[in-house]
Formats: sequence, C-alpha cells, structure tokens
Amino acid sequence: MMANKLHKALNHKEWRITIVDRDEQHYYQPGFLFIPFGIYQPEDVVKPKANFLPKGVDFKIAEIDKINSSENEVTLTNGLTIPYDILVIATGTVPVPEETPGLKGKLWYKDIFDFYTYEGTTALAKKLKDWKGGKLVINLAETIIKCPVAPLEFAFLADAYFTEKGMRDKVEISYVTPLSGAFTKPKATAMLSKLLDEKGIKVIPDFYLEKVDEDRKVLVSYDELEVPFDLLVSVPVNKGDELIERSDMGDEDGLNFIPTDKETLKSKKFDNVFIIGDATNVPASKAGSVAHFEGEVLIENILSYIAGQPLEAKFDGHSNCFIETGFGKASLIDFNYTTEPLPGVYPWPVVGPMGLLKVTRANHYGKLMFKWVYWHMLLTGKKLPVSGHMSMAGKVTA
Amino acid sequence: MNGQQIELNEEGYMKNPAQWSKEWAHQIAGEYEITLTDKHFEVLNWLREKQAEGVALNIRKVGKSGIVDIKQFYALFPGGPLKVSSRIAGIPKPVSCV
Repeated sequence: MMANKLHKALNHKEWRITIVDRDEQHYYQPGFLFIPFGIYQPEDVVKPKANFLPKGVDFKIAEIDKINSSENEVTLTNGLTIPYDILVIATGTVPVPEETPGLKGKLWYKDIFDFYTYEGTTALAKKLKDWKGGKLVINLAETIIKCPVAPLEFAFLADAYFTEKGMRDKVEISYVTPLSGAFTKPKATAMLSKLLDEKGIKVIPDFYLEKVDEDRKVLVSYDELEVPFDLLVSVPVNKGDELIERSDMGDEDGLNFIPTDKETLKSKKFDNVFIIGDATNVPASKAGSVAHFEGEVLIENILSYIAGQPLEAKFDGHSNCFIETGFGKASLIDFNYTTEPLPGVYPWPVVGPMGLLKVTRANHYGKLMFKWVYWHMLLTGKKLPVSGHMSMAGKVTA
Repeated sequence: MNGQQIELNEEGYMKNPAQWSKEWAHQIAGEYEITLTDKHFEVLNWLREKQAEGVALNIRKVGKSGIVDIKQFYALFPGGPLKVSSRIAGIPKPVSCV
C-alpha cells in the first residue's frame, strides 16, 4: 500500500523504492476467520504480492537480519546491506504461542488451534468438520491483539455453525478474556454482551492466562482460576516481529512493538523512520482499517519530511470494524482515540446504508464486499470514498 | 481527606494524581481488604512514575518492572491487579487499546 502511494507521489529520477519481504504470498487475513466454517476456502485468501506492486519498485524476497537505524541501513540475512534515506516499517504482529507454557505442546493442532495463521485456520477447519461437540473455549491470552473483534466473531460464527449442523445443544461455548467484559469500550461492550447472552455464549472476564495444563486440558490463570476445555481456540500472545527485538527497537513491555508518535506515525527515536500498521505501539486497534487510515496520514508526512516541512498530518486513531454475528448478519463499529463506538449509520448520514452498533444484513454484505475492496483498492493504495479521519456525521451521541 | 476535596471519576479513580497521599492509598486498599506493605508501595510508586512519563500501562509491563513478576503482582493486588493498583496509586484507570 505504501509502496504504491509513494511510487505515485515521488519523483522517479530522485527516489528509488525498495521493498523487502520474506514472503512472496499476500494473505487476506480478514478471510482467515471464515475458513474454519467453510465460508471461504483456503485458496480464496492467497495471492502473489508481486501482482500488487507497481513497475519500477525493487521487490526483494529476503529475510532482514537487522535494522541499524543509527547507520541508516538494513542488513539482510544473506549479508547484503541496503542503505536508506527514509525507512517505512510495516512488519506487523504475529501470534506467539510459545510465550504461554503448554499452549504449543502435545495438544497443538489436535485439541488447541489458533485461527490467525493460515496453518491454524486450515487445520481448525478440518477439526470442526468431524468434531462431536463438548466444551469449546475461545481464549485471548493478552489484551493487545490483532483484530480485537475477531475472537468475538469466531464465537458468533461457531454458534451459527453448530446450530446449522443441528448440534448446538452438544456444544458449550465459553469466551475467556483478560478484559473486564466482551470489549473495552462501554457502549460496544453492552451491545456485544447482550448478543453473547442471547446466543448462549458464556463470558468469563478478567482471566489472564498463565499456562495450559495439557494433561487435564485446563486453562490456568495467574490467580489460579481454572477453565476446562475439550477444544481450545486460542488467540496467543501477539508480538511484533523478532527483527524488532534483534534491532533493539521495541517497547519496554518486551512485545516488540515500536515506540511511535501516535499522531505523526514517526519513530520516537529516529526522524527518518516511519511505522505503519500493527508494528506500532500506538493505542489504536491492530486492524487493517487502521493501517489504511494511517497510510493517508503517513504519505503526507513523508512528503513533508522530504520537503523539510513540519509533519502536519495527524492520525486520530480512526478504526472501523465489521463484526460478523452469524446467520448472514453483522454489526459495525467506527471510533478513534477519543470517541468510543456510537450508534447511528455509516458512512453517510440518514441513508447509511450500514448500521453502527446494530446487527443487520447490510453490514454483512459490507463485510463480504470488503474482500473485493481490499484486493482492488486498499493494496494498490487507492483512496476509498470514506474519510480517513473519523467523522461524527450519522452518529447518535445522546 | 484532611480537609482536602479529592476529585474522583465515576468509577472512583483519582482525577488528579498530585492529590495522592499514602494515607489515601491505605484507605482505598482497605476497601479491597489489602494491607499495604513496602512491596506494595514500590509497585505503586513505579506505576505513578510511569504514568507521569506518559507510558501506557499494562500487566505485562509491570511484570517486566524488576519489582514484581506477574504472579507476585496478582498476589499483592488480587482480582484485577492493574485496575486495583491504579486506583490505589491515584492514577487513571488503564485503558486497553482496542
């Protein structure tokens, strides 16, 4: 996305763009949620990255060993060094099940699965096909996770899946979270808690996972509470890439997220280093919509930096998430650093067509349509017909 | 407290950390049936320092503070340790970024 935006904006005689990536394939990660339930097939979510890059951008498939920010260079594991004038870091976040004892042990991909990876979600799809029922536990190991609504969506879709299979009475679904409720923001939590309750999904809040007792198939919290499971769908601790740790650029909690100015998206340490998406430590959701809205601010600020001007574009924390609620319906939330999700309509006042904090069919179609928008507009850096900054138009504040 | 009006938000968190005192900490800790020790105060002071520096606090950061690990943090402030300790430390309720 940034390579496309920069390629369009920069003078090609003066600037050369190099993109270094370890993976040739691009995964449509929002689609991972649908694979366990057979709604998407694995081949629906993978395309070669090269298809989305403009001609003239140097695309290197390689592993980065280290970023030497004080030297303005990136070293690859093959020994090659790439110097830079400006660096954009988009190394994202990955689930690290190894952080929790017993999670990635003998039950991994037998009775314990993640669904935020291609391997995990495809393995879980096979497991669910013949599963006979029992205690299904969805657990968040940490509060800072990629796409914070996806575990809730998983719970809703699981309820619909087992209902449609005629075996909902054989499945007990629990949602076990370190948060104090289903979500952090009060209005959205109230709406989602009601929905979870209606669907017979039990919420166990304030549960901070210490370890998994594999022999007894039990989750154990730091304050020694226990939750038994037959099938565990885990959202492991999320961390920034190990490269950030090797480069000594991470935040003090050891999660490898990079200290970033929450408005300008510039590194807090280096003037010519910018960070986008899940790799930052800004207090916004780790979500695709956030990366997209950040992109609009970042391109302006990089151009200002090149021109020697102050960085005037400010990111407001805008996040926009569809929440699949099962049975062909979905909800939608839109918020930023300072405004919690509010009810109303989106993106246009009065006509919507999508409903905020409501469960509607239009929202579900919006979510499905988003796949097309993602491949055809977001990756190629095109502007969407919605504002990058959160708008109060259509929202009900009373 | 001591003739001073302490401003609280609707959840009982202190609005102005400068109004904090040890006496206040003991009083709030009492609501949770916690008797504060030197170790508790080490944690509370660390939280207050980090909050003043503008650090977004979470349980994991406390566990890396070098004062307590996560297990000990739970033992000192049972229940929701960060929520409870933040209230006793006179700093705003930590927000999770979602």
